[in-house]
Amino acid sequence: MEGEDQGSPIFIRFDSIVKGTDGPGEPRGDERGLGVEGLQAPSTPAASRLVQCNEPDAPVAELHDLFCKKLQQCCVLFDFLDCVADLKGKEIKRAALNELVESVATSRGVLIEPLYPEAIKMISVNIFRTLPPSENPEFDPEEDEPTLEASWPHLQLVYEFFLRFLESPDFQPSMAKRYIDQKFVLQLLELFDSEDPREREYLKTILHRVYGKLLGLRAYIRKQINNIFLRFIYETEHFNGVAELLEILGSIINGFALPLKAEHKQFLVRVLIPLHTAKSLSIFHAQLAYCVVQFMEKDATVTEYIIRGLLKYWPKTCTQKEVMFLGEIEEILDVIEPSQFIRIQEPLFKQIAACISSPHFQVAERALYFWNNEYILSLIEENCQVILPLVFATLYRVSKEHWNQTIVSLIYNVLKTFMEMNSKLFDDLTASYKVEKQKEMKRERERTDLWRGLEEYQERRMQMLTEAARNQRNLQERGERGDPLNPSSPQTAQSDQPEPKPSGASTGAGESAT
Amino acid sequence: MAGADGDDSLYPIAVLIDELRNEDVQLRLNSIKKLSTIALALGVERTRTELLPFLTDTIYDEDEVLLALAEQLGNFTMLVGGPEYVHCLLPPLESLATVEETVVRDKAVESLRKISQEHSPVDLEVHFEPLVKRLASGDWFTSRTSACGLFSVCYPRVSSTVKAEIRQHFRTLCSDDTPMVRRAAASKLGEFAKVLELEYVKTDIIPLFTALASDEQDSVRLLAVEACVSIATLLPQEDLETLVMPTLRQAAEDKSWRVRYMVADKFSELQKAVGPEITKNDLVPAFQNLLKDCEAEVRAAAANKVKEFCENLPEDNREQIIMSHILPCVKELVSDTNQHVKSALASVIMGLSTILGKDNTIEHLLPLFLTQLKDECPEVRLNIISNLDCVNEVIGIRQLSQSLLPAIVELAEDAKWRVRLAIIEYMPLLAGQLGVEFFDEKLNTLCMAWLIDHVYAIREAATSNLTKLVEKFGAEWAQNTIVPKVLGMANDPNYLHRMTTLFCINALSEACGQEITTKQMLPVVLKMSNDQVANVRFNVAKSLQKIGPVLDSNALQTEVKPVLEKLASDSDMDVKYFAQEAIS
Repeated sequence: MEGEDQGSPIFIRFDSIVKGTDGPGEPRGDERGLGVEGLQAPSTPAASRLVQCNEPDAPVAELHDLFCKKLQQCCVLFDFLDCVADLKGKEIKRAALNELVESVATSRGVLIEPLYPEAIKMISVNIFRTLPPSENPEFDPEEDEPTLEASWPHLQLVYEFFLRFLESPDFQPSMAKRYIDQKFVLQLLELFDSEDPREREYLKTILHRVYGKLLGLRAYIRKQINNIFLRFIYETEHFNGVAELLEILGSIINGFALPLKAEHKQFLVRVLIPLHTAKSLSIFHAQLAYCVVQFMEKDATVTEYIIRGLLKYWPKTCTQKEVMFLGEIEEILDVIEPSQFIRIQEPLFKQIAACISSPHFQVAERALYFWNNEYILSLIEENCQVILPLVFATLYRVSKEHWNQTIVSLIYNVLKTFMEMNSKLFDDLTASYKVEKQKEMKRERERTDLWRGLEEYQERRMQMLTEAARNQRNLQERGERGDPLNPSSPQTAQSDQPEPKPSGASTGAGESAT
Repeated sequence: MAGADGDDSLYPIAVLIDELRNEDVQLRLNSIKKLSTIALALGVERTRTELLPFLTDTIYDEDEVLLALAEQLGNFTMLVGGPEYVHCLLPPLESLATVEETVVRDKAVESLRKISQEHSPVDLEVHFEPLVKRLASGDWFTSRTSACGLFSVCYPRVSSTVKAEIRQHFRTLCSDDTPMVRRAAASKLGEFAKVLELEYVKTDIIPLFTALASDEQDSVRLLAVEACVSIATLLPQEDLETLVMPTLRQAAEDKSWRVRYMVADKFSELQKAVGPEITKNDLVPAFQNLLKDCEAEVRAAAANKVKEFCENLPEDNREQIIMSHILPCVKELVSDTNQHVKSALASVIMGLSTILGKDNTIEHLLPLFLTQLKDECPEVRLNIISNLDCVNEVIGIRQLSQSLLPAIVELAEDAKWRVRLAIIEYMPLLAGQLGVEFFDEKLNTLCMAWLIDHVYAIREAATSNLTKLVEKFGAEWAQNTIVPKVLGMANDPNYLHRMTTLFCINALSEACGQEITTKQMLPVVLKMSNDQVANVRFNVAKSLQKIGPVLDSNALQTEVKPVLEKLASDSDMDVKYFAQEAIS
């Protein structure tokens, strides 16, 4: 309803703009037809001439002028929420955009310096907007259909133009960098939150090109992506374009120089690893795992950070995520260096043992599949002395208890493998299983005793403190009133001396009780 | 090894630290949660010299453990020996205030704020303030974010040189490189402004406020709106126009809907903060624009504030402003395309009638109420019905009753059971306002129909609704209108309906009194003890237990007891169990 009111000043009729571009004194034909014809008539020969612009006598200046005018015309925005509004204007703009795409893609020599600001302005005006609130506040990218961008018929062409512009052999980074600046990139990155996957796909390719061509912006782009991720992890838990940004990063990491800079290691430890905590991990896990493995292949020394990080953020309740973590661990182990494996085998196999004893069979199964991986198996065999004692008790117990037959038979296979690897150790562990169990129970009893003692002691201390507080209070009161010491409210507590009223006890003891 | 004499070296620290280092996270967490017990066993001296250094060194742990630790340390003052030693707690809390996880960091800051109050002014300058400075100039954004929350607690209690330093640090953080820190600073701007001297509010805070309100990121700008409320409250009226209003005007027209939403959401607070004159000149047009915003989210937030905004307008020309400026927008919102907008409006629109008085309500508001009562979205209708009391006071509900009835009937039969449940909850209120005659004539049948709804929650709500109606209209009314129908259901072929009879009896017996319970209800209950369905039979036992206190002892002995004894030897285990329960 109020779209109409606002619409009139913003959405200027397209043909009036076109008219405006005509020289003031020129004769005008039919009011209606002029807009369309006026735009298209000169453009058709122009496009054909653009292709042959290396002809010496081609009126290049005229082409540039026309190109520039079209860019300016395409800065007019249309209301796509009202799908029948100004259909003619929309069609004219669509045609103009098509022509721009066509000529920037196929012809040489169009991109001269004065056109850069016009092109970037046209792109900015069209693509930079505050993304609307999601129609579905609990939008779940896995379950729900995304809300598609209404103005896509135009927006797509603008993105297409931008992409062709960047990819054009005539494109000169030295000229572009004046217009594609930090502010521009920041706005571009914000658009990655778009719910429309088609838009994010374009943005991904475009940002990748920008990163590739404008060297001066690289550090800035990485920093802003960091900020987006950190905000996603620790503040909002919502950003639609995480997968796309990770995909770009995957190839960026691939190009990192060795040795890795501190900045890049920090990015791994403080951003990529914590990204694993996100609720919506499943949407971007493949891209994330790829980035992590890329880092390892670059520099094996980061392995320990990665594994310990994953273990720190290991999912506690979400079995679906646990399976993803196990998948990522296997990807990592696939390329791990044996010397690095030794550094992390202990904490890692404790976690794997915990997974094997998960009552959720998919988790247990995923963990047990590690023994089907030949490279992992060879690593386990080399370090059997360490690993077998870590997992033996779990395997032994779960083989007798698990409800799922598949798991039980998988465990038997694993036990058999271990038996073949080191039968002596295996027998020793089998023999000492019961003793170990009893030792564990004894430790448990000792713990309980310790805590009981501590808590009894605390109770006594609290009583002493309350009494002390009461005495002090009584002394004060006596001092104020000049009364002799007289316990006013005797209580039935265990102590033979009267205790103060609860309100009076808060001075010191109440604090430590919490 | 336990001794009883309160000796400080009661337990070897190694044993206790082992507990805090246990391999099992859960056990480690349990130990940390009882850290005060451990500290008490160690005594204040060893807590300071051994436990705290250990805790400071082992800060790398699961976030859950760290969270528990951060919380514990906020209550540790007595355990380290009281306020004169409280600064010993700063090193571990400082490390906790730099970790990544927001929850942990926030908790550490909370504890730091708490113990800052326990520092003497000298300790605050010697120990606490340097910590704040270190955090404020930390490398990683987390420590700088944490610092933002600590300035305001130490500022009032330090010397003027230190105060100047603190202001400088805050300024730096407001223009930090990372948006996370700027957000943290913006969210504490109002709080910090409150502890500053007025001259510094003008010279320091206003430029920061203006800068944050035009930040490149909308997530920062919207936080400045929140600060605007506190800042405007602090400044004298004559400064508002030049210092605050340009920024506020700009925020109300920000290109990001999130910022405009924030302005709409805080509108009542802003209105109070800037006072009546500015409200009249500036906020009324701004509010009109927000009510007409192109984003539904913003319109809904503004619609929610319509009543409060109108209420707080200066009384001398309130009516005129509402009639000529606000009401036209409200009229448009009634037929908005977005149901959240309409429903937000419906939840407050009735409140306008008390402000505008009888004549205006009948002439201008009533048509809007009626339109909303016919809205396609049940939530809108429900919101109107739930606020009927406001209109009742002004024009009486009769004006509405003709339109009300179809709306109620439609909601009562809505396909969504939550909608039905919501309307049931308003029945007692409606009954009170419409009177017993209207109720008997139009609504009684609805109330009875709910008793046989296919959703248990509705049947249950219908039962307690009956109780409330009986409390309102009295036992005699119950005897004539409700009880016969309820008891009639005892012969229904559906056992769920028969059970509803029992549930109703449970609920109604007290309100109806001994007479009706003994004479009319009890025979029906007793008869149902022969029901074929075991669920009905054990509910008979439960009912008898429930209505027992209302019955006289004669009936209990001669009628209830034999039946319960019979049920106690029932073939069904549950029936036996509940009969036995009832007997005892």
